[in-house]
Amino acid sequence: MLSEAKHPGLARSVALIALAAIVLALPFLLRALGFDFYLSLASRIVVYAIAATSLNLVLGYGGMVSFGHAAFVGLGAYVTGVMISEGVQSGSAHLGAVVLVTAFAALAIGAISLRTRGVYFIMITLAFAQMLFYLANSVKGYGGDEGLNVRARSLFSLGGWVLDLKNPLALYYVALAVLAASLFALARFVPSRLGYAMLAIRDDDVRAEAIGFPTYRYKLVVFVAAGVLGGIAGALSVNLQGYVSPNALHWTQSGTLMVMVILGGVATVWGGVAGAAVLLLLQEMLGSWTEHGEFWTGWVLLAVVLFARRGLVGIALSRRAQSAT
Amino acid sequence: MLHLRAPRTLVAPALLLAALALGAASAEAADKVKVGFVSTLSGPSSALGVDIRDGFLLAVKLNGGKLGNLPADVLVSDDQFKPDVAKQLFEKNIKRDKVDFMTGVVFSNIMLAALPEALDANTFYISPNAAPSSIAGKDCNPLFFAVSWPNDAYHEAAGQYANTRDLKSVYLVAPNYQAGKDSLAGFKRTFKGTVAGENYTKLGQLDYAAELAEIRAAKPQAVYIFLPGGMGINFIKQYVGAGLGKDTTLLLPGFSADQDVINPVGAAMAGLFNTAHWSPDFTNAANVKFMAEFQKEYKRVPTLYASQGYDAALLIDAAVRDTKGRLEDHEAVRKALKAARFDSVRGPFKFNTNQYPIQNYFVRTIGSDGKGGLVNKSFNEPILKNHGDAYVQNCAMK
Amino acid sequence: MLIVEQALNGLQFGLMLFLLAAGLTLVFGVMDMINLAHGSLYMVGAFVAAWLVALTGSFVLGIAGAVVLTAVFGMALEVVLLRTLYARDHLSQVLATFALILILNDGVKMIFGNDLPLSAPAALAGPVELLPGLVYPAYRLLILAVGLVLALLLWLLVQKTRMGALVRAGASNRTMATALGVDITRLFTFVFGIGAALCAVAGALLGPLLAVQVGMGENILILAFVVIVIGGIGSIRGALVGAILVGGIDTLGRTLLQHLFREFLPPQWASAAGPAVASVAVYVFMAVVLAVKPQGLFPARG
Repeated sequence: MLSEAKHPGLARSVALIALAAIVLALPFLLRALGFDFYLSLASRIVVYAIAATSLNLVLGYGGMVSFGHAAFVGLGAYVTGVMISEGVQSGSAHLGAVVLVTAFAALAIGAISLRTRGVYFIMITLAFAQMLFYLANSVKGYGGDEGLNVRARSLFSLGGWVLDLKNPLALYYVALAVLAASLFALARFVPSRLGYAMLAIRDDDVRAEAIGFPTYRYKLVVFVAAGVLGGIAGALSVNLQGYVSPNALHWTQSGTLMVMVILGGVATVWGGVAGAAVLLLLQEMLGSWTEHGEFWTGWVLLAVVLFARRGLVGIALSRRAQSAT
Repeated sequence: MLHLRAPRTLVAPALLLAALALGAASAEAADKVKVGFVSTLSGPSSALGVDIRDGFLLAVKLNGGKLGNLPADVLVSDDQFKPDVAKQLFEKNIKRDKVDFMTGVVFSNIMLAALPEALDANTFYISPNAAPSSIAGKDCNPLFFAVSWPNDAYHEAAGQYANTRDLKSVYLVAPNYQAGKDSLAGFKRTFKGTVAGENYTKLGQLDYAAELAEIRAAKPQAVYIFLPGGMGINFIKQYVGAGLGKDTTLLLPGFSADQDVINPVGAAMAGLFNTAHWSPDFTNAANVKFMAEFQKEYKRVPTLYASQGYDAALLIDAAVRDTKGRLEDHEAVRKALKAARFDSVRGPFKFNTNQYPIQNYFVRTIGSDGKGGLVNKSFNEPILKNHGDAYVQNCAMK
Repeated sequence: MLIVEQALNGLQFGLMLFLLAAGLTLVFGVMDMINLAHGSLYMVGAFVAAWLVALTGSFVLGIAGAVVLTAVFGMALEVVLLRTLYARDHLSQVLATFALILILNDGVKMIFGNDLPLSAPAALAGPVELLPGLVYPAYRLLILAVGLVLALLLWLLVQKTRMGALVRAGASNRTMATALGVDITRLFTFVFGIGAALCAVAGALLGPLLAVQVGMGENILILAFVVIVIGGIGSIRGALVGAILVGGIDTLGRTLLQHLFREFLPPQWASAAGPAVASVAVYVFMAVVLAVKPQGLFPARG
């Protein structure tokens, strides 16, 4: 038996490989156990993990407390939903449109909001998100507050082979691929030049500006990148659910994403994933055991805030640091 | 108040059972009927979902816990008035619990959001309430059966009644969703006077100060509203509070004039006219039994919603009975459902080609029940006879 | 007459919004804490009032009891839990008070059920003729009256009493106030209690108009935040002005815009677009105020 202290790196790699294997084989494991219903829960966790990671980028690494992030996720969902109901099924068209629209929206919102600071920044981002929420409510042609039902899904054609996201397996793996790509990109971003600059800006942006960093520009870049990633998560979510409603843009959704990030660990690469997985699993398990799942979820969250300041990933990191000494 | 919770499935023992179930053959005749019941059981309009549920479960109970000849497993859950929640509950019932029928939803917007889950999985949906015009017409589907009425029907009847009362101008209010749109379209279809105003409120809105001020400014002869559940209760209370009841006649569909509204609003409801397909004072044998059993079991007067839940269970019962429990023969089940060989509490019942009912609609008025309370009483002659709906010609099913 | 009636509606809504915003601005201003659970105190106040009214049969006793019990509950919450959050960053406060919303929502459901009926007192169920041709519901007039009286009392408290001076000092500069010997701990508890009491009044008064149900605080909470940002964090005067402006824009905007849209849109679209644009207008107004006066209309911070 290998002990942790002697070969910590090896044990950790084995654990990671085992985790990756389970995640990749999950649909087949679930089917073997007769739980194929839970594949949609797994896909939902992956999609929320992407959204939470995008928020972690802007909130954790960027230091910008954006209370309107759900608006970008919702925007991505609506763009895809509207295109499908107008008959455009090509996945690459959806992707292209989502990236363009959310980048433009994030640029516009960010350009204005980043001129404010502190609680006013929070309120302005919230205000813009609520404006998009009311806009979604008012377009009766695409459902309005009744929501938009989408019967078909995105289709991707690679050579002669068609990938239809209506197939739950296809959706799961595509979402997983997007998540993996985002985590990889985030891990490369953190030790990069922009990443270190954001570290300085997050800690004290006045000082960073004084040193010579173009803080406004860097913050805007991060804000837009996070918005686009959120939009892609939204496009995946409408493919998962076949339905999008203005509630996806409501401030309580932004709050839920924030909770996931804080729960998982602000400014950690895996924070979004951990937070999304734990929160959704908690809600699912508690929901089926008791009628008062929200009650206990609240207590768990409270405990994390009071006793685990760096979130769940923070706990894992400090445990590892302890065992290494 | 009766609290009936869905049977709980704990993950650990379910693991074992699922493995066993997988091993068992799945192609033989079913040994029980599973029904997924998703409805609005909380919030200001919960009285509607609770009544549908209670009516449904009463029918099952009176049948010895069976539907047809098979023991029935009714899985009840609460959509909390949220379409996303309803969608997930439908998915759970269909994919995890593998139900044979889905039913229960009160509101059209919630039903329309969740319905694709059932249709994509080839599962029947028996609607005990919401029956939008879209599914009566071009979106009609062999898996969808409306046991209640087409959404427009009560309102077409009310429009016709307004004509017999010689009302020249009416102000219309409804919530801004599919059923609201259907309701005012239905009223305008039969009404021959002028529409003094048409106001769509937010679904779930409870404060009508702004709308009432508009009504007062428009000075109509009558006001017709479609505001089910808590919305109607609040509107009528505030209508009276604003002093509009004196000069303006209030016309209602049965949805805003049944026991769930009469009880909280009280004396102000006396004398108001409304339209419906069912009334507590119907004298057919099925209804007499239903009224007696419901009041004995639940100690309250049932609403039309409860009668619909009861009829939905009777319909499923008839289908299971007529196919002798062979639920895997989908086409046979569908034929049996369409034949609808059951004694409805409303009297004669038959389906149109689009699987929406053809029936009579009556005018009711709210009067004393002889015990100090108020109850609906119907007029003998139906205001609309053997009435279908205006969309059936767009449906491809024949 | 329509405009007058709608203006009164806007004032009524604004005053209730003020009751919530006043407590929120004090907590944010004096304790520098983002309290998302403020809307839950409003919900608790409404439920307790509905329960007491059903128990005692008296509307007045119901409200009075709700105010007292909610204030006590608020203060207990502050002492037991919220105190530990003052030193933490805003993000932790967001998470902790969000968790509190979940706990209180379900807690209330467990104790009282998902919703409780609450009716206006029968004496006020009818209309009042204010001027020839202007008829207005009596109950809403009560709300207007209570709102105005409370606004006056709050102003007196903050401007004319010693306690009020301490509150203003704490809102202006907390460190300095402590240095000058103010017992900041007791002050915080007191401020929180006042906030909770105001929430209870709003919840109890609005209960008969809206519905006393779980989750009723979430919708009004965000508007309260908008109000205090417009008015200036920590300023009661700002909360009042901001609330009336927001209430007015929202209510009047809704109806005026619907009339406008009906000229060229089908009724269903006009009815949806009117309120949507009015709500957007509120946020645009906030953005404009912040652009011109970044600290709000009446900033309390010195």
